[in-house]
Amino acid sequence: MNSAAISAKVAGAIPGACVEALEFQGQTTLQVRRESLKEVLAFLRDDPDILMNQLLDVTAVDYPARADRFDVVYILASIREDGLAPVRVRIKTRIPDGAALPSVTDLWRSADWGERECFDMFGIRFEGHPNLKRILNPDNFYGYPLRKTFPLRGERDPAFLEYKETEPA
Amino acid sequence: MGVELIRGDNFVTARLADVVNWARKSSLWPFPFGTACCGIEMMSTLASRYDMARFGAEAVRFSPRQADLLIVAGTICNKMAPVLKRIYDQMSQPKWVIAMGACASCGGIFDNYTVVQGIDQIIPVDMYVPGCPPSPQALMYSFTKIQGLVQSGQGLSLDPMPEAVPSVPV
Amino acid sequence: MQITDDTLEDSQLMTINFGPTHPATHGTLHLIARLDGERIRDAEPIIGYLHRGKEKMGEHLKYNQYLTMTDRMNYLSPALNNVGWCLAVEKLMGITPPPRARWVETIACEMARIMDHMVCNGINAFDVGAGTVFFYMFQQREVLTDIFEKMTGARLTITWPRVGGLPYDLPADFKDDVRKFLKGFYPIVDECEKLLKNNRIFLDRTVGVGAISKERAISYGYTGPCLRACGVSYDLRKREPYLCYDQVDFDVPTGEHGDCYDRFFVRMEEARQSARIIEQCLEKMPDEGPVAVDDYRVILPPKEKVYKEMEAMIFHFKLVIDGVKPPPGEVYQGLEAGNGELGFYIVSDGSGKPYRVKVRSPCYYIYSSYTEIIRGLMISDVVAVLGSLNIIAGELDR
Ligand code: SF4
Repeated sequence: MNSAAISAKVAGAIPGACVEALEFQGQTTLQVRRESLKEVLAFLRDDPDILMNQLLDVTAVDYPARADRFDVVYILASIREDGLAPVRVRIKTRIPDGAALPSVTDLWRSADWGERECFDMFGIRFEGHPNLKRILNPDNFYGYPLRKTFPLRGERDPAFLEYKETEPA
Repeated sequence: MGVELIRGDNFVTARLADVVNWARKSSLWPFPFGTACCGIEMMSTLASRYDMARFGAEAVRFSPRQADLLIVAGTICNKMAPVLKRIYDQMSQPKWVIAMGACASCGGIFDNYTVVQGIDQIIPVDMYVPGCPPSPQALMYSFTKIQGLVQSGQGLSLDPMPEAVPSVPV
Repeated sequence: MQITDDTLEDSQLMTINFGPTHPATHGTLHLIARLDGERIRDAEPIIGYLHRGKEKMGEHLKYNQYLTMTDRMNYLSPALNNVGWCLAVEKLMGITPPPRARWVETIACEMARIMDHMVCNGINAFDVGAGTVFFYMFQQREVLTDIFEKMTGARLTITWPRVGGLPYDLPADFKDDVRKFLKGFYPIVDECEKLLKNNRIFLDRTVGVGAISKERAISYGYTGPCLRACGVSYDLRKREPYLCYDQVDFDVPTGEHGDCYDRFFVRMEEARQSARIIEQCLEKMPDEGPVAVDDYRVILPPKEKVYKEMEAMIFHFKLVIDGVKPPPGEVYQGLEAGNGELGFYIVSDGSGKPYRVKVRSPCYYIYSSYTEIIRGLMISDVVAVLGSLNIIAGELDR
């Protein structure tokens, strides 16, 4: 099953969910609407032809200038033992700062720490997550380090004061 | 050491401090605080090929109360810093500290929001070992240097604690 | 053999702190466990003690400079991480290094895998009480570090291939060194295996301890030896061959129960298979030929040219100042690292530095299942399980 077929299949099953299908260096990224995110992910996991039974990673990319500030990216893979060629697909969705996404911890266990890291690093909240708190940074850490506005040297950088003003925790 | 033989070979006179220091330097018990890549090189130093036992330091202790040499090998992050400070405070006097590698000495290549820029900001350091990671030979060299300090009764822990570093209650 | 008394009130349980400076936690893992006598009722792993901000650093370093960060990720097998990063950037740029570079990188990857498995298994055995194995295996690792030192100039943090190929060719006696290593390696593995395979103490400590089922493992994001120990024959080297893995012949060892014992012997067998791959690579790799792409926008021109030719000097200057510049876009490239699938997700905006780097580290997801697999075990099993999962803090926390 190639990547074009996947996007066609998703579009057929959940009409209007896909905004865009990008193809770069032979890899597929589907951009989906925020409202149908979980539906699409569940479909990809359960469809017997696609069978994305592993969530490799959850992450985000920050574009501070955009209205919908974050791209949240789900990297999916299928581990199947019937020898069919493996496929991989990335699902992307955009959300503004302060909004929340539905948690997919009930679909894949690996979403647990993936989403926690996303929260820790970007401040993106996932609704329905059982234990959403900081994971890599200490609990008393201020700010979300992987946002583009966060200075590399953190508190040792004079720009940190500015960050504190513009992005209250 | 000023050792002298009197009355044939039955009695030896020497300064007590010298004898104690000599015994101490030949049986330093290190606490290997290995957190990162340098920890692996420290492991090589302790393992079969380089073998720290030749210097009497093979008895690594993971209890700070039993150790007298703290080898900090690896990056210390802000989250880890209180732990390191506490471990240091729990060690009994006299104690020596080796900062192994660029990270422990000055933050190394990680000049960012999470890494402590040198453990000397939180605990006194007797010996810095350069390198990223230092080779086992470098660690052994610093170890012999520490032995020199021990023999001559020097060490930062023997000086009064600097004011700027308040003790954590142990 | 469950003797846990589930009627105990929560307040009657004992809470203990395990780590972060416990010898078996590799210095950086912290576990808060709720104990019912000796049994673990519940546990919460706390990580982040070695969070060094590598993803943030990625946005401030050039593509080739980022190799210094990947070196220090899984520091038991730095070559694997570096090759993984280079593969990802090469994919992003759509370039393919010449075959000789590919073969050499394959060999380096397998040598690094052996290094990883030797230390992991050695420490695992050490933790459950078999100290001899550790010293034997570390000896083998030392031989490999020597080869790497000859090849790259550094023992551990090698910063070795570059985007687009190798920075310099191999030393002349590379093949002899590797062959010599292999000759000494097989007997040691056999011997260590013999030492432990039917060892009563080792069996008691590992068989059935820390088992996880196939389905749970996949859902938790397991890859690599830990997944294969559960009986899933999944290996990226076979499924999506990269480098030269499609041209060599090797087996993918699998376990059955997914417990510590299986994980240990899957790693042992994998190390042996790696040696087999290296042997074939030595036979098949071309002895002559370029080791990097012929494009001065990616690889530095040779020094003689820089001194003599204007053009080469300009390329040299531009590459040093700006770095390689991939086109805008994003890729995810995974590779079979020591612990499983190590992936790099790179978003490029067309400049000399990545816009975003995300490292998908195998340990991170494997460790997230830790609470589940140690629940109900004895406190001493915690150590055995931790060792067999091979959690490397540098990769876990990044
Ligand atoms: S000095 Fe280098 S090798 Fe040592 S811990 Fe730091 S980064 Fe790792």
